[in-house]
Amino acid sequence: MITAGIDVGAKNLKVVLLKDNNVIGKSTVLMEMDRKKSINEGLDACLADAGIRKEDVDYFVATGAGEKSVNFAQKGITTVTCDAKGVTALNPSVRTVIDIGANEARAIKCDGAGKVTDFAVNEKCAAGSGAFVEAMARAMEVPLEEFVELSLKSEKSTPINAQCAIFAESEVVSLVHEETDRNDICRAVHDAMAGRIASMAKRVRIEEAVAVIGGVAYNKGMLASLKRELNVDFFIADDPEYVGAFGAALLGAEMVNQN
Amino acid sequence: MTENIYPTEQLKCWGKAKELREKYYRDYATAHETGGVRWAGGANNIDPILLGLGDDVHGLTGEPYGATVAVDRDFAARCHQAVEEKGYKRDVCAYMRNYWGSILIDEFVFGGPFPKPDFLWQFHVCCSHAKWYEEVARIEKDVPYYCTDLSAGFYYEWDEALGQYQPAPKDYRIQYVVDQLQEGIEWLEKVTGRKYDDEKLIKAAYNYFESLSLWAEICVLNKAVPAPLDEKTMFSLYVFSALQKSKDEYVEFFRELRDEVQDRVDRGIAALANEKARIMSDIQPPWGFLSIFRYLEDFGCVSVGSYYTFCLMGMWQIEKDGTLNARETPQSKGIVLKDREQTLKMLADWMLSQFMSTLFYTHKFKSDIMIKIAEQWKCIGAIMHYNRGCEGLTLGVAENRMALMEAGIPVVSYEGNMGDEREFDLAETQGKIDAFMESLGLK
Repeated sequence: MITAGIDVGAKNLKVVLLKDNNVIGKSTVLMEMDRKKSINEGLDACLADAGIRKEDVDYFVATGAGEKSVNFAQKGITTVTCDAKGVTALNPSVRTVIDIGANEARAIKCDGAGKVTDFAVNEKCAAGSGAFVEAMARAMEVPLEEFVELSLKSEKSTPINAQCAIFAESEVVSLVHEETDRNDICRAVHDAMAGRIASMAKRVRIEEAVAVIGGVAYNKGMLASLKRELNVDFFIADDPEYVGAFGAALLGAEMVNQN
Repeated sequence: MTENIYPTEQLKCWGKAKELREKYYRDYATAHETGGVRWAGGANNIDPILLGLGDDVHGLTGEPYGATVAVDRDFAARCHQAVEEKGYKRDVCAYMRNYWGSILIDEFVFGGPFPKPDFLWQFHVCCSHAKWYEEVARIEKDVPYYCTDLSAGFYYEWDEALGQYQPAPKDYRIQYVVDQLQEGIEWLEKVTGRKYDDEKLIKAAYNYFESLSLWAEICVLNKAVPAPLDEKTMFSLYVFSALQKSKDEYVEFFRELRDEVQDRVDRGIAALANEKARIMSDIQPPWGFLSIFRYLEDFGCVSVGSYYTFCLMGMWQIEKDGTLNARETPQSKGIVLKDREQTLKMLADWMLSQFMSTLFYTHKFKSDIMIKIAEQWKCIGAIMHYNRGCEGLTLGVAENRMALMEAGIPVVSYEGNMGDEREFDLAETQGKIDAFMESLGLK
């Protein structure tokens, strides 16, 4: 049995193909304005990676912000449910999932079977998401990778506005003009975002083990800031941005089996 | 959409409700044409006192007006712009901004110029209430203003033996309010030039008690499965006590509604044909987006009420076994109101005992009642609005959420604003509802 999980994120599309619950293909593409075109491109890339045809897939599950755009999916399931399923399949001891994507951050509390018991999602503000860090890196005129490296060199905490990306950017510009150490500014951005996410995560009452997933899980500067806030170690999956799509494909397999 | 399993019918008194509401606003706007008087003030008031001046004293209560503006999102946007241009902050009460904005653009949301009140009669319930009408008095150019302070203290006490809150009225607290009302009546005579009629006050007081008790009685009927009323409909019905509690036509409407809802319960008539699960909400919704309640229905989920819908304009008593019931009225207990002082004492006692007022003293009382609502109305979860538009009723909301979670009642929260759509994201909220429905096994 082959199932597909298609996670239509705000910035990237992630596709995972499972055969008997083993990953046989994965792909990611940037989401463009023509969402359906991006979805088809991502799926084609994943099918090529697995060496199969679309007709070979028994069940498609869509998830993510653009879930409804996948018009060929048999089922749409929310990211919250897919994240919990995907993470606990990879590490059954996880009880709290922090998913930081480009557009949204969310904290999920779940049991060992991946059943969601509580969740919180950041409100309409970019200051809790990956887009915030990217915007700040642009304001600092450095690539994201360098931005992360600079932040890890800082040993000083510099408070900035964590509420709004627009105000935060103007504060970053002010810090630049005040000739604040660049390393400290980069860390301040991560600290601000981590503060927002930690406060959201605490709403679901954090219980270990804690997993961080989503594209921002690659950002070691962010993880360091988040660890300072929460004082816990994190489980980081090998491909943290694919966990939602992986969970979707697993849920698809469960549905096929139920039927 | 899930399968329909219950019969449904439209409420028979729906047309009457619409007429009554239209008449309320029309009466206010046209009061001067028939020699009547206009007053304005908050909905959370002791309005029988005004009827001692005569039946032609017509009110405009601020909160329902602010909510009505919120539903007309273009109108609301113009109000917000006008208010912000005058330098008011956008984080203050959204109802208040909608109301002030209507004055500033000189438009009544029901048409025509904004009708200027003859006097302002307000009760200081939350931190905004007194300032709201103080500012109205200034913007409207010296409209006489009287405000009664209600910060008399917490009405209830925790009963260790019963393991729940019980009423603990204190005479000096009630007298604190009564003394202000006595002065207020003298003030009303002075500003209107009318002689005050205590007989009319007493008649209106009986109506006041009955209206508030009847609404609670109607809410109790919603314990039935299937629920005879959904909360979106209840929003349109509780409001009559927020408009006018004490005139005959309003209490008659509530009697008719109670009888109709009882009939729906007896015949198994559902608000939602596909009801398979029930939840409750919490405080004011984002009024411009009541569609979120319809969205729930796609999952077979009906919101059967809330602390807000039940308690803002309903009067309750907590039985020894924890059951929530409509509060017995003085007349049902055989109490005869004989004079002004006795009537004002009874009215003040009811006002101070109102469940909604407890928010300003402790979040624990509301948490306890919310858990009782969940249990008695058979709710499997709660949807809570972190309402940026109301600094009063959002007090303790996060603590209420934690208390529900600890009691094993799942909660989803969303941020928004009851009267300012700029702070609400429909798609994001629907996404949260999707995830919540999945976690409850309803999707």
